[in-house]
Amino acid sequence: MAVSTRQKTGWATANTVIIILALIPVLWIVSLSFKDPTTLTSATFWPKKWTLQNYRGIFQTSEFTRALINSIGIALISTFIAVLFASMAAYAVARLDFPGKSVLIGMSLLIAMFPAISLVTPLFNIERTLRLFDTWPGLIIPYITFGLPLAIYTLSAFFREIPWELEKAAKMDGATPFQAFTKVIAPLAAPGMFTTAILVFIFCWNDFLFAISLTSTTRARTVPAAIGFFTGSSQFTAPTGSIAAAAVIITIPIIIFVLFFQRRIVAGLTSGAVKG
Amino acid sequence: MADIVLEKVTKRFPDGALAVDQVDLTIADGEFVILVGPSGCGKSTTLNMIAGLEDISEGELRIGGKVVNNMAPKDRDIAMVFQSYALYPHMTVRQNMAFALKLAKTPQATIDQKVDEAARVLDLTQHLDRKPANLSGGQRQRVAMGRAIVRDPAAFLMDEPLSNLDAKLRVQMRTEVSRLQKRLGTTTVYVTHDQTEAMTLGDRVAVMRGGKIQQVGPPQELYNHPTNLFVAGFIGSPAMNFMPGKLEGGKLRTKLGDIELSDSMRQTLERNGGSREVIVGIRPESFEDTSLVSEDVRKHGVAFPASIDVIESMGSEVFAYFTLDDEGGPAQSAELEELAKDSGRADTGSDSDQIVARLDPATKIKEGETAEMWADTRKIHIFDPATGENLTRDTGDSAVAGTAAGTTSPTTTPPTTTPPATTPTPS
Repeated sequence: MAVSTRQKTGWATANTVIIILALIPVLWIVSLSFKDPTTLTSATFWPKKWTLQNYRGIFQTSEFTRALINSIGIALISTFIAVLFASMAAYAVARLDFPGKSVLIGMSLLIAMFPAISLVTPLFNIERTLRLFDTWPGLIIPYITFGLPLAIYTLSAFFREIPWELEKAAKMDGATPFQAFTKVIAPLAAPGMFTTAILVFIFCWNDFLFAISLTSTTRARTVPAAIGFFTGSSQFTAPTGSIAAAAVIITIPIIIFVLFFQRRIVAGLTSGAVKG
Repeated sequence: MADIVLEKVTKRFPDGALAVDQVDLTIADGEFVILVGPSGCGKSTTLNMIAGLEDISEGELRIGGKVVNNMAPKDRDIAMVFQSYALYPHMTVRQNMAFALKLAKTPQATIDQKVDEAARVLDLTQHLDRKPANLSGGQRQRVAMGRAIVRDPAAFLMDEPLSNLDAKLRVQMRTEVSRLQKRLGTTTVYVTHDQTEAMTLGDRVAVMRGGKIQQVGPPQELYNHPTNLFVAGFIGSPAMNFMPGKLEGGKLRTKLGDIELSDSMRQTLERNGGSREVIVGIRPESFEDTSLVSEDVRKHGVAFPASIDVIESMGSEVFAYFTLDDEGGPAQSAELEELAKDSGRADTGSDSDQIVARLDPATKIKEGETAEMWADTRKIHIFDPATGENLTRDTGDSAVAGTAAGTTSPTTTPPTTTPPATTPTPS
């Protein structure tokens, strides 16, 4: 079907509007982060006086750098463990018939739908008793718990996509079930693994609720929580500039991540979408 | 190299469905056996059980004298070619073929040598470093074959390996497969739903229906002496023509006219209970344009008028389609219904009453005219409509004498191979 010029312009306009709507807040926070504290409240969109003061400021205190290390470490470890376990679970869900399969799927769905806020208080008490409070594992464990259902769902869709005959062929070629998984199924599910890893990583990276509730010092506090503790240069100045700078900084890894794997993600999302 | 023995092998799925029912089959070392049947007849399940991809519910499977019921596929030393080829898309052709050898920890030099050899045999040498996605259907199919042959397995299992190819390539690959198997001399079990492949490829063919083996034997024997209605209708293209008939006073009354039975035939039939309804089967090539039949042969058959609907001239032969509507409807039987469903005839709604005749190309018969046709009654088959059993099987070609009864002595050709086929239960 030929697309008429009118249709083309229509779509172009719609796309532009949506992109502008999505990008304005981002540009706004970028511009805020470059504004000098004195002109912060100036009613212009772009700073009149550009400065790197805010960036210098947040990297001078260990509060932010330490939080950045925590964020990266906790998110990477959680993602790795969640995807590792989820790939095994998803494989079982997609391929095998075992008693309690529907219960497992139901349970993971239940966890995904459970309001996290209602779990914060019990988790706080549990972690204090187990001496996990304000430690890396104290955040990694709940992140894995909430990342797993998401990962299992995404991955099982990908595994279902892979023709079962490939696995049969691998078995006939003399592979053990584990070899069939690692040498044939997993490489083919790689786009799915990347997609899942990115989704889980973003979830861990963005989380504020657990980060603020289950930490008390810079030992395990991640960036979203740490930003909440920013203070201005004096008691009376709002740390708007620093917050904006920190927000820009923590967006960068995500953007790099997504741009880098973009083609794989798109391929993954569409191939997963045909049969789900 | 090994023989494969199936003894009362049964597959019952967890939901209770019986896919394969007490199959007995002995495949000799180096033999090429075809499992053929309509979809859902259990042929693929049988193959998967031999492969070890499917558990065996009951019975015993021996490969090379060893019971392998509970052995993992990798320990059975068999290679399989899948319908979808199941090539590993992330590996090159070379890696695909070497995969099994690598898993078996074969030295790299041996792997290279074997892969190169297989690639040469299959004409894949220039494609070794390409990925399956960049290959044509026929090339992919050859890679799948190559993956099987590099291993020198005890047996090849092939699950409809040619059905994804287009018609021309299929014929070409069919000869290729046959040549390859002869050359390697490896025991091969080949599953297909295509009776042409079954007829042309195998040393022996096993026809399956509803999880049971109907008949096992060399293709020609299945063609000439089908054990029942199902095998008769399934083997042969165009299929055998069926019409109702009635045994009465030593004569067979059919739409074609009354046919005198030979003495031995009459005795066999009478032993099974005097006058009765039967189904008569005649192969298309048993018909001829009467004007082309010499006088002395003419007495071995019946001549009848037929109004010709369609003529298909193939050059070397002519197919004539006609219906005989003088009495009754088409022959009725559960097996015939199943065959019609399988061939798609039930869907196209074409007349199951229609008869196909293969005539000599010299025929002058035209579409739309009423022609004088002749049927060789020495070559007819008579079936029991209830059980589908071939009542004339043991009496061979000359089951029925011509109109001059008793002129030909019935040559008895007992089945040379195979356990007796199970009689299908009418549903």
